[in-house]
Amino acid sequence: MRIVLEDVHKVFNQGRPNAHEAIRGVSLSIEPNRVTCLKGASGSGKSTLLSMIGCLSRPTAGRIHLGERLLSGLPERFLTDIRRHTFGFIFQQFNLISGLSVLENIMLPAYPLAPDHRQLTATASALLDRFGLAHKARNPVQWLSGGEAQRVAICRALINDPRILIADEPTANLDTRLSRDFMEQIRRLRESGRTVLITSHDPVVFDSPVVERVIELCDGRVVGG
Amino acid sequence: MLLNPAIMALILVSGVVLSMLLLAAGFAIQLLRHWDISSGSERQLRLERRTYLISTLLAWAFAAELVSLLLFVYNAEAMSGQFVGAMCATGVLNVNAWGWPTLLLKIAIFFSGASWLILNALDNRGYDYPLVRLKYRLLLLIVPLVAVESGLQLRYFLELRPDVITSCCGSLFSANARGVAGEVAALSPALAVWGLAMSGVLVLAAGLRFQRTRRGGPLFGLLALLAFGIALAAIVSVISPYIYAHPEHHCPFCILKSGHGFAGYLLYIPLFAATAWALGVAVVAPWRHIPSLDAAVADGASRLVRRSLGMFLLFYLAAGWFVYSSPLVMQGVWW
Amino acid sequence: MGWLRRQRYLLDFILASLLRRKGKNLGLLLVYSLIVFMLASVMLFTHALKREMGLVLQASPEIILQRIEAGRHALIPEDYLQKIGRLRGVTARKGRLWGYFYDPAVRANYTLMVAPERRLADSEVIIGSAIARTRGIGPGDYLTFRAHDGEAYSFRVRELLASDTELFSADLVLMSERAFRISQGVTEGWYTDIVLSVSNPLELEKIAEKLTLRLPDTRPILREEILRTYDAIFSWRQGILFVLLLGAILAFVIFAWDKASGLSAEERREIGILKAVGWETGDVLRMKFWEGAILSLMAFLLGYLLAYLHVFHASASLFEPVLKGWAVLYPAFRLTPVIDGLQVATLFFFSVFPYVVATIIPIWQVSVTDPDAVMR
Repeated sequence: MRIVLEDVHKVFNQGRPNAHEAIRGVSLSIEPNRVTCLKGASGSGKSTLLSMIGCLSRPTAGRIHLGERLLSGLPERFLTDIRRHTFGFIFQQFNLISGLSVLENIMLPAYPLAPDHRQLTATASALLDRFGLAHKARNPVQWLSGGEAQRVAICRALINDPRILIADEPTANLDTRLSRDFMEQIRRLRESGRTVLITSHDPVVFDSPVVERVIELCDGRVVGG
Repeated sequence: MLLNPAIMALILVSGVVLSMLLLAAGFAIQLLRHWDISSGSERQLRLERRTYLISTLLAWAFAAELVSLLLFVYNAEAMSGQFVGAMCATGVLNVNAWGWPTLLLKIAIFFSGASWLILNALDNRGYDYPLVRLKYRLLLLIVPLVAVESGLQLRYFLELRPDVITSCCGSLFSANARGVAGEVAALSPALAVWGLAMSGVLVLAAGLRFQRTRRGGPLFGLLALLAFGIALAAIVSVISPYIYAHPEHHCPFCILKSGHGFAGYLLYIPLFAATAWALGVAVVAPWRHIPSLDAAVADGASRLVRRSLGMFLLFYLAAGWFVYSSPLVMQGVWW
Repeated sequence: MGWLRRQRYLLDFILASLLRRKGKNLGLLLVYSLIVFMLASVMLFTHALKREMGLVLQASPEIILQRIEAGRHALIPEDYLQKIGRLRGVTARKGRLWGYFYDPAVRANYTLMVAPERRLADSEVIIGSAIARTRGIGPGDYLTFRAHDGEAYSFRVRELLASDTELFSADLVLMSERAFRISQGVTEGWYTDIVLSVSNPLELEKIAEKLTLRLPDTRPILREEILRTYDAIFSWRQGILFVLLLGAILAFVIFAWDKASGLSAEERREIGILKAVGWETGDVLRMKFWEGAILSLMAFLLGYLLAYLHVFHASASLFEPVLKGWAVLYPAFRLTPVIDGLQVATLFFFSVFPYVVATIIPIWQVSVTDPDAVMR
């Protein structure tokens, strides 16, 4: 599914003295089955843009199309529905829920969709297997190392079999070796036919051969790519 | 009288429910003023999030109303010992002019609340919330209903004075002043049975027609309301006497007691559920032409009509069974 | 099907998270149970007392006729039994002798009563078990009274009254007519009151009316009226206690509101994660209400169970003096357990309902957390 943005704006604290325009008229087209990287310094608006593409928030003005559907203007209830079927998310701090086991963490995004429990467990176990974490399935997530937590986060992002994967600064908490491993996993996901969208200001990411397109943002505007 | 715990609970609940509805109505007015689905502004986002609060408040408020309907009846039953001449709940409701209106309003609130919640659930499935203005206007109409009910109920309880022994003179001077009718004036049994049968056939036919052709949803709702009224009358006039096996005992509440095998629940639960779902069909069906609701209407209405028909059928079967299995024989007297 | 399964997943999650935060929820559970316990104790206790009264009064005569002198209850002459004349519907009539006796030794009032059907010898008495307990006597022992004229009379205790009606027989002393008249100074030809038995309840009022016409200085008291009065009085007492407890309920509501809105940073982050990974506002709302439902159910069951034990096995030791409020001789009675729908529904509205209402707005505030909050 192609993602098209037309003159997208995002203003925080609209109408108040501390109003702040994070995105100022971005128009983009993101091709399917590609790895695209949004590059920029912190505060450049790349995370805000990513959250709008990923249906986590709505633009103040402008349009976002996902394939045939117009996303902007949809109420949250329906954005969520699209999001959980279409997008998988990997966050900077991994954002796993401590106290729950690895398996439970992975299955969490599927709870509201209420699939058959046995089937869900099977899917989750298969994912853990693929990322070499099968033996950790019952462990609480707080026992995991950084690299393992990252892989659990990837598994969680994949549990609903999304077409598009979104990663926000995924390597910020990893060392160089683990970052390279991560890019390797991204390559494999790309090969399985997924669209991947990453924000980063880490050269390991945007200089990686896996990344096919780099879009550079500065102060809420596209300046390159 | 206000110091009776059940009465305190009822007054407390009606007060809290009324304030919940007023709060929701306040939000609804703001929402009606500023709603703009096409806007991506923060205000619109806030309003959309408010809709969750309003729905939640109303769901709980109407649920509480339903339980308070039960409590109201139980309480009337329990207080029958405190009034001269009141044999059961009917007598207690008759003690002053406000008992029956309160009960009827509680029932009306139950049905309007259920209909509103069904309409709300439907609207939430359309991505552009096409009925948002309509449903919040309707909500504003329910608020006065609840306010009137709270007022009536309060008045009913305030004017309720139990007959107790006073220190000056023992007895009964309270009794001869007023004899509370213990029974509901009854309809002719033959007429009630005919009405019950006719309305039953009509409502089932309308439901089946809707299920086949997707036409006549509002008609089904209307007939269901009619069938509901006739069914209540028939319970008073025919079905209860058969359950009590006593031709002069017409009370619609005593059948809720254990002495009669809780038969009333088998009648009232299906009847109320069937009517509520039928009203749901009536509020859902007309919106098929709205593109964003098309699928939700088809899906929702067919589920509602199925449930409603099932419940109506259960009610008529139960009613028939109670009459059939009763030891009371009224051949030659009633028929 | 799908709906049910979704609720199960939510329930699963919330159970896990309740277990992870045991300490926080334990406090709430405790306070919640305490509220339910207090309310349920009052309800179960008054309700059981009311029922007990009703059962005892079932056996008492339909009409009691008292003579009034200067607005006060006075002895009634024997010839009133004849003066009543023929009354249709009255199946039996007889004079009763009873009174009170203050025993300075234990500083308590006894109820003295003549029980002709027991065929007691003039030197025998039958006593309630509370008297036996306080005086430390049993069958065969002697009970000594100082009579109205200062003489002391000793009676042999023939037996104790059965303890299943102890609530009403605890302070009772049964004796023969002659013993009563001599020790209490009630001369022959006078009774305390007259009782009439009526078989058809519909005729009661007519008979009572005739009685007041024929004997203008008497007042008839109907059994139904006593029942009605007890019914109302017990409701009032219960109501007064509930009013007193309203303060506690209000404090509980504020506590619940505070608990629901004062989430820790950790909990807020969790909700943020859930919203980010695809939970909808409605899912979070439902999940939180499940949490409330589990807590409420546990508190309700725990509180109710404790109240049940308190009332029916510990004789409601906390409320006894307030609700029963008579005499020094406390009956050590076992109430017959009764539970009814009205009580449970009322209790629900005094405990669960306030909790739910208090938590709606805080829960909603949490559930509308921005889904992209975790990205900031």
